[in-house]
Amino acid sequence: MTTTLPAYDEVVARYEPVIGLETHVELGTNTKMWCGCPTDFGGEPNTRVCPVCLGLPGSLPVANKAAIEATVRIGLALNCSIAQWCRFARKNYFYPDMPKNFQISQYDEPLCFDGYLDVEVNGELVRIGIERVHLEEDTGKTLHVGGATGRIHGATESLVDYNRAGIPLVEIVTKPIPGTGALAPEVARAYVTELRDVIRSLGVSDVRMEEGSLRCDVNTSLNLPGEEWGTRTETKNVNSLRSVERAVRSEMLRQAAVLGAGGRITQETRHFHEDTGDTTPGRSKETATDYRYFPEPDLVPLAPDPAWVAELKAALPELPRLHRRRLQEAWGLSDADMQSVLNAGAVELIEATVAAGATPAAARKWWLGELSRRANETGVELADIGATPAQVAELQGLVDAGKLNDKLARTVLEGVVTGEGSPTEIMTARGLEVVSDTGALTAAVDEAIAANPAIADKVRSGKVAAAGALVGAVMKTTRGQADAQTVRTLILERLGAQG
Amino acid sequence: MAAISREEVAHLARLSRLAVTEEELDTFAGQLDVILQAVAQVGEVAAADIPPTSHSVPLTNVLREDVVTPCLTPEEALSGAPDAEEQRFRVPRILDEDVAS
Amino acid sequence: MTDVTAMTATQIAGLVATGAASAVEVTQAHLDRIAAVDGRVNAFLHVDTEGALAAARDIDARRAAGEELGPLAGVPVAVKDVLTTKGVPTTVGSKILEGWRPPYDSTIVERLRAAGTVMLGKTNMDEFAMGSSTEYSAYGPSRNPWDTDRIPGGSGGGSAAALAAYEAPLAIGSDTGGSIRQPGAVTGTVGAKPTYGGTSRYGLVAFSSSLDTPGPCARTVLDAALLHAAIGGHDPRDSTSIPAPVPDVVAAAKLGATGDLSGVRLGIVTEFGGEGAEPGVMATFREAVDTLTKLGAEIVEISCPHFRYALPAYYLIAPSECSSNLARFDGVRFGLRTGDDGNRSLEEVMSLTREAGFGPEVKRRIMLGTYALSSGYYDAYYGQAQKVRTLITRDFTAAFERVDALISPTTPFVAFPLGARTSDPYQMYLADLFTIPSNLYGGPGISVPCGLSEGLPVGLQVMAPTMADDRMYRVAAALESAVGTFTPPAL
Repeated sequence: MTTTLPAYDEVVARYEPVIGLETHVELGTNTKMWCGCPTDFGGEPNTRVCPVCLGLPGSLPVANKAAIEATVRIGLALNCSIAQWCRFARKNYFYPDMPKNFQISQYDEPLCFDGYLDVEVNGELVRIGIERVHLEEDTGKTLHVGGATGRIHGATESLVDYNRAGIPLVEIVTKPIPGTGALAPEVARAYVTELRDVIRSLGVSDVRMEEGSLRCDVNTSLNLPGEEWGTRTETKNVNSLRSVERAVRSEMLRQAAVLGAGGRITQETRHFHEDTGDTTPGRSKETATDYRYFPEPDLVPLAPDPAWVAELKAALPELPRLHRRRLQEAWGLSDADMQSVLNAGAVELIEATVAAGATPAAARKWWLGELSRRANETGVELADIGATPAQVAELQGLVDAGKLNDKLARTVLEGVVTGEGSPTEIMTARGLEVVSDTGALTAAVDEAIAANPAIADKVRSGKVAAAGALVGAVMKTTRGQADAQTVRTLILERLGAQG
Repeated sequence: MAAISREEVAHLARLSRLAVTEEELDTFAGQLDVILQAVAQVGEVAAADIPPTSHSVPLTNVLREDVVTPCLTPEEALSGAPDAEEQRFRVPRILDEDVAS
Repeated sequence: MTDVTAMTATQIAGLVATGAASAVEVTQAHLDRIAAVDGRVNAFLHVDTEGALAAARDIDARRAAGEELGPLAGVPVAVKDVLTTKGVPTTVGSKILEGWRPPYDSTIVERLRAAGTVMLGKTNMDEFAMGSSTEYSAYGPSRNPWDTDRIPGGSGGGSAAALAAYEAPLAIGSDTGGSIRQPGAVTGTVGAKPTYGGTSRYGLVAFSSSLDTPGPCARTVLDAALLHAAIGGHDPRDSTSIPAPVPDVVAAAKLGATGDLSGVRLGIVTEFGGEGAEPGVMATFREAVDTLTKLGAEIVEISCPHFRYALPAYYLIAPSECSSNLARFDGVRFGLRTGDDGNRSLEEVMSLTREAGFGPEVKRRIMLGTYALSSGYYDAYYGQAQKVRTLITRDFTAAFERVDALISPTTPFVAFPLGARTSDPYQMYLADLFTIPSNLYGGPGISVPCGLSEGLPVGLQVMAPTMADDRMYRVAAALESAVGTFTPPAL
């Protein structure tokens, strides 16, 4: 079915969108939620499993203290109330990636509830209400075999790996967000971005959307002004910040087309397709499974000690939004400059580089310049480029000490990125240090003058610009390791000319 | 009046992933009806203001330190599997695409 | 040497400790007894001959090396097939787990080994511990050594029958609604359900998680206490395990054996006053009450008005939890898979597997529980049952303000003939009428033989407050000292 989509401007002129976001965050604990199996990403299939996370008969869960603490900290950072008493619940449904055919989750007693997160959109603060933050367990991974695309449709069989099963998963659900109008897609994106930064600042997850440690479902509905909120759809499979924005926009357009044609929105789950930016329908919620939630009898209730919660609250790090503002001031950046730092994902990197001794300007120069360029070229995240803030600071230190010039520093940095070692090690091993021994330089200058008498005469006669060729010759013999300015000064001195 | 119909029992069987036979449906419908009528007696108790008991032990906050413990080997993990391939559990094609989480 | 199979665990441990008998000799004698009689009793689903003899040799070697061994070292034990045993088949009496060899041991089995006991094998049970006769075992019923045409109780009928048939001096059971106590009563043996949380459920294949309690079975109260002490206590792998030491049940059993109950107040539950119970059972119970009075106990009658709702509440809570617990038996990670012909979908194969792997009682309870948890029915059924559970707990708490322990017949009727109650599931449920309240409350209960009715054993149940397991051992041991133990006719 192909429908002509209306223009976005027309849609937002006619309808008011209401959005809502459900975000799942895999916690970066050492071990799984209910057992001591490690949680590290990757690994051979079914090597990080035990009777508990395989759901073998007789096995029992025991809750991971670090996961409870991380969830409470997330809740506190999102200004939530922390439950004084709450229970885990079983969500019953059959699916082969769920080892027990139920998921241990929380139902009507979430650990954290009723909070908010302020996000900045176009310089304005928007307050996003947080409905709840609860803790549950992740599923295994299913590999579909036999289909042409690796998708479930057309597959003849599936293969299941339970390494991921039981990794602690925090679900963060917003309250419905009305009143954002045309900005709804940007608000959605800004919220997920801010949420990601908050969680990263807490150090409880690496929140990488591309690795699935941050996953997002987007609810969207449209209504005419003054009317009740419309029927919402839930779009799953939204796996990048850009996709969050695209998914909201695409669903707004689709729903407007349906409504415009006199149709009705079905409450359903839809799947977002990264390649096309479209959503396609999944199961209709009207025939949805009854999950038959009931309190998990194998786990006892949680009753966080208020004193402990207060301690965690007191120890929360500064909110990323406030932290960024402080850094911007300290680094003396304009809004636009700060935005480019943010866009490059370089805030923490620059901050750490400054902490390691570099000036803000130098740190920014390396991360936004050479390193960002490389990251773009190779398609990796800046944080994964292979150079650490400490190494960048060390490199800048060598430049400041006159041991490396700009060109040499770039060469050394390349070595750092490809894993050759620290800047000092690379400089030494590859003999890249600036030749600063004046005796050696003077000899090289004399050699260049002797070898190019005609040019030397020109310089002597006042054609100072001709000295460039002699500088080039010296740089060649010193394999670029001399400081060009020093060389030029020496040549002019030698030839009695003024620069 | 019956507490539960044959159709409801068929629905429960589907929810429970039990491919019961037509004959079984007849038998179970009758038996479950008797049982449900008997257990419905709990409704006689006036308990509106009584808190439910989900756990008989008065424990809270039973937590485990975040310390890695040994896993099974893949051979042990897969030892009971009806079917395995590429060190994974093999299952027939899956119809239902939607996964809750 | 006299026949060791006729001895108590305490006596056997004494022989092994002094070197009068080796653990291997003791084990071999029991294996021989099993070989001789189990064809008629069907107490065992799996006899681990090699494993048992190896464990016995290990005990003998350690004793020879001068190692200090536990009070049950060298004593054989039969383990209900509901507990996982690494590398040893564990079926839970179900076709769906036929041939499954778990890759791990349950905590109870680990502790049995640490105590130096020798596991003979795995005993028969109603499938997934759902039943009161072992007739719902997928591997044929066990038979009562008192009359092999009668049931040995259930679900732990195999463990009780093994004791009564002298195939083992000790056995492990699990009690969700009476599955240790009721088989104990109808086979003339002792069965104790510890306080919920007093024994670890790790490795106990779950039926109803908030009720399941593993516990000891023996032919004497002291033996049961020794076994209880060996397997009990905190287990960090079970979140519902109580972090406190086991009450001194062994000392309590020894104290009770002196036959003095002066100063002990016992309550008879008015609501268990004979309605639905056989006259012969009530008569034997009343005689036992007289005996307890003679031993010095003060007897009072106590009303527990909500106990009459225990059975209906239980048959909502247990099936609800079971419907969820048994969802994992889907033919993906372990156990049976049927119907995978290359064309059928996973959903079809799963449904065919569960249809073929589960017996009728398990299916009934799964569907009943699925119903009770469904939105729209939850409040009226599961939710209401949990409130009733609170009221039953309050009845117990109020009663224990007046008395030290409650007593009742363990079961309303003596061992019934095989087949007598299988056609009407609810009639089978009534076998647990008197045992279920303790499970809902979480407190301990013990069944001790108190006499015979029509030549068949009758059990008396002692129910104590949570974590006061020692009290019931004292009362049971006192009664045992007065009425003696009961030996079935030769098989």
